[in-house]
Amino acid sequence: MRIHVNGEPRDVAEGTTVRALIEALGLAAVPVAVERNEDIVPRAQHETTSLHEGDALEVVHFVGGG
Amino acid sequence: MSDTNEDLLHIGAHVFRSRLFVGTGKYKDFAETSAALLASGAEVVTVAVRRVDLSARGEGSLLGFLRERKLTMLPNTAGCYTADDAVRTCRLAREILGESFVKLEVLGDPKTLFPDVVQTLEAAKILVKEGFTVLPYTSDDPITAKKLEDVGCAAVMPLAAPIGSGLGVRNPYNLEIILDTVKVPIIVDAGVGTASDAAIAMELGCHGVLMNTAIAGAKQPVLMASAMRKGVEAGREAYLAGRIERRLYATASSPLAGVIGSKHS
Repeated sequence: MRIHVNGEPRDVAEGTTVRALIEALGLAAVPVAVERNEDIVPRAQHETTSLHEGDALEVVHFVGGG
Repeated sequence: MSDTNEDLLHIGAHVFRSRLFVGTGKYKDFAETSAALLASGAEVVTVAVRRVDLSARGEGSLLGFLRERKLTMLPNTAGCYTADDAVRTCRLAREILGESFVKLEVLGDPKTLFPDVVQTLEAAKILVKEGFTVLPYTSDDPITAKKLEDVGCAAVMPLAAPIGSGLGVRNPYNLEIILDTVKVPIIVDAGVGTASDAAIAMELGCHGVLMNTAIAGAKQPVLMASAMRKGVEAGREAYLAGRIERRLYATASSPLAGVIGSKHS
């Protein structure tokens, strides 16, 4: 199924969880926050939250800034 | 120095010894960032919330360094032009860090980067209700500063001059009025160009200074970070010491009596 991650289209298997997506992106060790369709998915729910066709995800972290 | 050893800055539940807050943007590389942070002596360091670049990542070291040094991260909402976007960014920052300490910044215009104080106030109300410790960037308008305090902001951060301008404290009289009317800490945020600018802000009685470009954009950022540390400390000590009155005419520093060749001794 097709989802969008940070504005880019991406194909993932049915039933993929937020946690599995983060691991597939190589971000397992990076402190990130995830929004699905503009709602935050709390870290504690990453493993139990499955993605759906058409979901729009934002994966953010900290960068240098003033 | 004994008089200033216990001179602590309280913001919400946080306590800091250093009154210099620094940003982490615009540095050449991570090595320069970390060296400048250490030279500044800052305990509060701002960071931005951005999409992870899925094609190339290289910022991982910054967060590790800040954690290792036990520096307090102050996520900002830089780049937000609406209250909604700023609130959303703060919620994401809290999710990343598990902390509720945020620098609220809602801009009104990309050329001046002046704050949209109406949107800032709106966002501040929501964030305070959600339990955030809110430090808002604002104009040097005393009325807005007071309103930000009234809605529960833990500090108020008026600009000295436009962000990145290096023009220094443009309106010391407004800052004095803000200091006189607002009881939460006042942190001058933006516009400082060199160490004397930071000292001037502190001599006015401001409780701290936040800067990024003045250090990162200097020819030698690490040396400027050290200068800023001293500027903030010097200004703070001078404020606590209490300066002399300005006088139009001289007053001699040496005794008048006993000058050689005088008729009376």
